[in-house]
Order: sequence, then structure tokens, then C-alpha cells
Amino acid sequence: MSEDLVLKTVDLTKHYGGVHALEGANFQLKKGEHVAIMGDNGAGKSTFVRQITGVEQRTRGTIVFDGKEVEFKGPIEAREAGIETVFQTLALADHLDVPDNLFLGREKTKWNWLGPFRLLDYKAMRKDTMAALEKTGVKIPNIHNTIEKMSGGQRQCVAIARTASFHSKLTIMDEPTAALGVQETVQVENIIRQLKEQGEPLILVSHNMRQVFDLVDRIVVFRRGEICANLDIKSGNYTGEDVVAYITGAKTGAEYEGAARLIY
Amino acid sequence: MSDTSQGTGGLTFDRTKRSWPSEMNVFLALVIIIVVFEILGQVLPYMNDQSFLFDTRDRFDSIFNEARLKIIILQVAIIGIIALGVSQVIITAGIDLSSGPLVAATAMIAMSFGQTELVNGYTNPKALFGTWAMDLPVVIPIIIGLSFGAFIGAINGTFIAHFRIPPFIATLGMFLICRGIALWWSSGNPISFPTEQYKAIGDGMMPVVWFLSLAVIFHLIMRYTVYGKHTYAIGSNEEAARMSGINVKRHKIMVYMIAAMLAAFAGVVLSAKASTAQAGMGEFYELFAIAMAVIGGISLTGGRGSIIGTVLGAMVLGVIRSGFTYIKLDGSYQLMAMGAIIIAAVILDQYRQRNKS
Repeated sequence: MSEDLVLKTVDLTKHYGGVHALEGANFQLKKGEHVAIMGDNGAGKSTFVRQITGVEQRTRGTIVFDGKEVEFKGPIEAREAGIETVFQTLALADHLDVPDNLFLGREKTKWNWLGPFRLLDYKAMRKDTMAALEKTGVKIPNIHNTIEKMSGGQRQCVAIARTASFHSKLTIMDEPTAALGVQETVQVENIIRQLKEQGEPLILVSHNMRQVFDLVDRIVVFRRGEICANLDIKSGNYTGEDVVAYITGAKTGAEYEGAARLIY
Repeated sequence: MSDTSQGTGGLTFDRTKRSWPSEMNVFLALVIIIVVFEILGQVLPYMNDQSFLFDTRDRFDSIFNEARLKIIILQVAIIGIIALGVSQVIITAGIDLSSGPLVAATAMIAMSFGQTELVNGYTNPKALFGTWAMDLPVVIPIIIGLSFGAFIGAINGTFIAHFRIPPFIATLGMFLICRGIALWWSSGNPISFPTEQYKAIGDGMMPVVWFLSLAVIFHLIMRYTVYGKHTYAIGSNEEAARMSGINVKRHKIMVYMIAAMLAAFAGVVLSAKASTAQAGMGEFYELFAIAMAVIGGISLTGGRGSIIGTVLGAMVLGVIRSGFTYIKLDGSYQLMAMGAIIIAAVILDQYRQRNKS
């Protein structure tokens, strides 16, 4: 395989009992590339993401990440390898504040000889939180407010700031703006543009056609558990209607074949 | 939504002040209850102008009625030690019902290694083991007691974390098992006549010393260490904690172990204070410990509350118990009032929660 690939899956498949949620997905992501994954509900988008991030174990197939074949036993291993994910369910602890959530599971500590009772370095975490929020342009009125007191947009921004504040090799966002208002959506999209400028690759799961055409280089369409189209939208050959046609299955046959073959 | 709802508009994020701590509400409730008893003391015709809190008969050096203050805290100290552990369990959105019987079982086990050989020159009539177990250094019964607690806690935690048994059921089972162990250990006979060293653990105000120093230690742990942060994170959003890389199973086992070790230590202190260990000890302790935590603002849904709150909750129960004795109402009224206050505390807590969101 070529050297400039960040992620490659071959024949990635996931069955839940008799349900074939994901079937033979071949997917590639280049360095610095932003790809959107689209598809109907139940088309296999989230299943695909869960296999890559190690949340679930695939039925078969291989995943090559950063040039190495990987076998993530859990999301922790995936993250340690450099895959940062903003999950649909935000994975924030509601009763903790912003720095606590940003550093959850990877706290800055001192006196490490105390083992599980090692001390939290609140000062350093607060400083880094400020820096991370500044870097991503996220504005939170008071970082010591707990998450439960924040609006949906602020929560999403915290989740994304957490992802963006650690130097990852791949960022995955699962419908990051689904529950957001207009202004908040703009802010999230700005963060995504920053990632693009910094050359960090991204997989964006989204239902928002306008957003996808604004932000990404390429759209991969899932339908009934299979990848049915791979559209280079920067080429200008495709419109939203084409994408919808692939999502709904209106376009099939020869075009379907051609689209799918682009993957390899 | 209050002042934080302005979305992502031009607000800055350099304000880092923390909000009004919810423990203050418990503290205010405590003050109000004390004032109510003080007023009742002045108003009720049969009270002869006694004071609840102050030293009106000049028996002590300070202006306070020191004897009453001591009793208030002494009578909740041992259950308070249990409550420190139960609080941590409840913060993880769990519950521990096994602590009361564990107190009894540990009291029996620990004291059987803390007995003295000769009582007034005669062999100890309550001796459980032979002379090899007599007059051992006090650290041995303590270590045995705490190890037993850790063992029980590890079983609780393993069933809850690995076998996904609901905490209520797992610890309910352990509740019965521990009461059974307490009875089985000496075939139901009380174990008595501990060594002087053993007695010293629970002598005088020692239970209060243990309670308050453990409270300080666990306050610091819950607030300033990774252990504490992860405990809150698990109770707040277990899925998020798992996805963030926290080993949730191992952590839960650790929390249940610490809770059980605190209950075990309470058992050692209780038996030392009473100079005897009996299988029926610690009845309802688990419920009073949970009550202290709940009154102190620890949410049964997890993620919220603090050790300071639990200590204040313990004080509330202590003041009520002492206050009812002071206005000469008997124990039946105490229980009814405590029950009402527990329910009121939860209602207030839920009301506060709703107002926040």
C-alpha cells in the first residue's frame, strides 16, 4: 500500500447475530484528507466507526492504521494509537467541569508514586484547558461550570476541544452538529476547518448535505451495510442530488459498480 | 438554564470561580435544626429554660455545653466511618447494604484475635481460641479485621463489576452472608475481654478521632486524587468513563473494597468501645450510613456529593438524636423524625436538581 494512507480497511464486516450491519467495507483515507460518511439510518455508518475505534470487535476484515495492521481491543487502545473520536453520545461526565472532562482518563498528575491516589495537577490542567479552548476558538463562560449546566452547543464544543487538544493522527466525529443551533454549528465547523488547515485527517459522519459539501474532500456513502459510492466532491462532478440518489438507492447498477470500485 | 445559556456568544472564558457549594445547604439545615431545638428548650414549659447548645449552668470552661457536643458527635462517629465508604459507593451510583452485618462479623473476627488470656487472674471465660491467639499485639486483630473487610469488599465489587449483578442485590446477599458469618464465627457466643491495647482503639473520644481523621483523609482523596476523580466520573457517566480509558471494573472493585474496609474498621472500633463483640451488633448501621450520605447531599443517581456533605449529614442525625433526648421525646419519635428528614432531604435535592436544568 502507498505510504500516504492513514487508514485502510479491507473487507471490514460486522454481524450482530443474523443482522449484517456492515458487509465487506473497503475504505481508504489519505493523510490530511477530510472524508464524510453519509447514509440512511441503519446504513452501517456508526457500526463502521465503532469497528475502527475498537468500541466493538469486527466479525472479519483487516484494519491498517498508520501503516500497521491493528487489532484494537477497546477504545482506549485506539486512542493510544492516535484515533480520537467524538461519539454521538458525547461521552462527557455531566457532573464534572471542563478541565476534568478534557483530561478524563489521562489526567495530569504529580506524586505518581501514590499509585491510584496520585495527586491531580489541577493547575497544569487548567492552563492546558485554556490553551486548548483558545486554539479551537471555543468560548465557554466559566470552565469550572459542570457540563450539566451547559447548552448542547457548549457540550459539543467541549467534546470536540477534547479531541482536538490532543495531537491525534486521525479524528472521527459522529454527527457532531446533529443537536446544535445555527451559531453553534458554525463554531463546530470552524474547528473542523482548523483541523484541515493543520493537515489533520478527519472522518465526519453527517446527515447535513450543505455542511458536507462545505467541509470535506470526499463523500463515502453507505447503504444497507455496504459502501455504495465514493464521490470526490472537490472535482465538482457531483451535486447533492447525486448523493441523495446513492443514499436512497435510486442510483444503482452500473453507476453503483463504478462508484464502489473507486475505493480500491 | 441560568447565566450560562448564552451559547457561544462573545463571552470570555477567563472567569474561573466556582459556584456555591451544595454542602452549604446541609450546613444551613444543621444550623436551623440546632436553632429549633434551642428555641424549643426555651419555650417548652417543662424544660426550665435549659439550653441545647450553651453552658447555662457554668459546668464547663467554654460557653458551650461540651458534654452535649461530645455526645452528639460520639454517637454518630462509628456509623460515620461507615458512611465515608458508603458515600464513595453511592457516588459511583452504587449502594452498599452489607456494611452493618460486616461491622458485626469483623467485630467478632477481630476481637477473637484481640482477647486477653487472663481476666483478674483467671482464664478468659469467653476465649474463642487457645492461648496462641491470646494477648497478641493489637496490629494483628486490626490487620485481620481489615483484610476480612477487603475480602468481602472485593467479592461485592467483583460481582457488581464483572458479573453485572445490581449493587442492591449483590450487597443484599452479602448482608445476609455477613450476618451469618458473625453468628457462625463463635456459634453465637459473645466474644469479650479484649487486651488493653485493643480497648484503647475505642476508648473515650477515640471513635471521633478516627471518624474525623478518616473524613479528612477521604475528603482529600476524593477531591485531589485520580481515584476520587474517576469515582465521580464513573457515577456521572459510566460509559464516558469507560470510553475515556478508565478501567471501570477495577475501579469499582477498589471502591467497594475501600468501603468494606472502612466498615470493617468501624467494627473494630465498635467492639473496642463496647469491650465485647456480639453477632447482633451494627443493626441498621448500613441504613443510617446511607441516610447520612443522602442527607449530606450525595445523590443516589451518582456523580454528586462530597465527604464534607456526609460529615454534615452525620452531624444532622447526631443533633436530631441528641435534640429529641434533650426535649425528652423518646426513641420512637426520633425514628419518625429521622425518616421524615431523609425523605425531605431527597425531595429538596431533586427540587434543586430540577431548578438547575
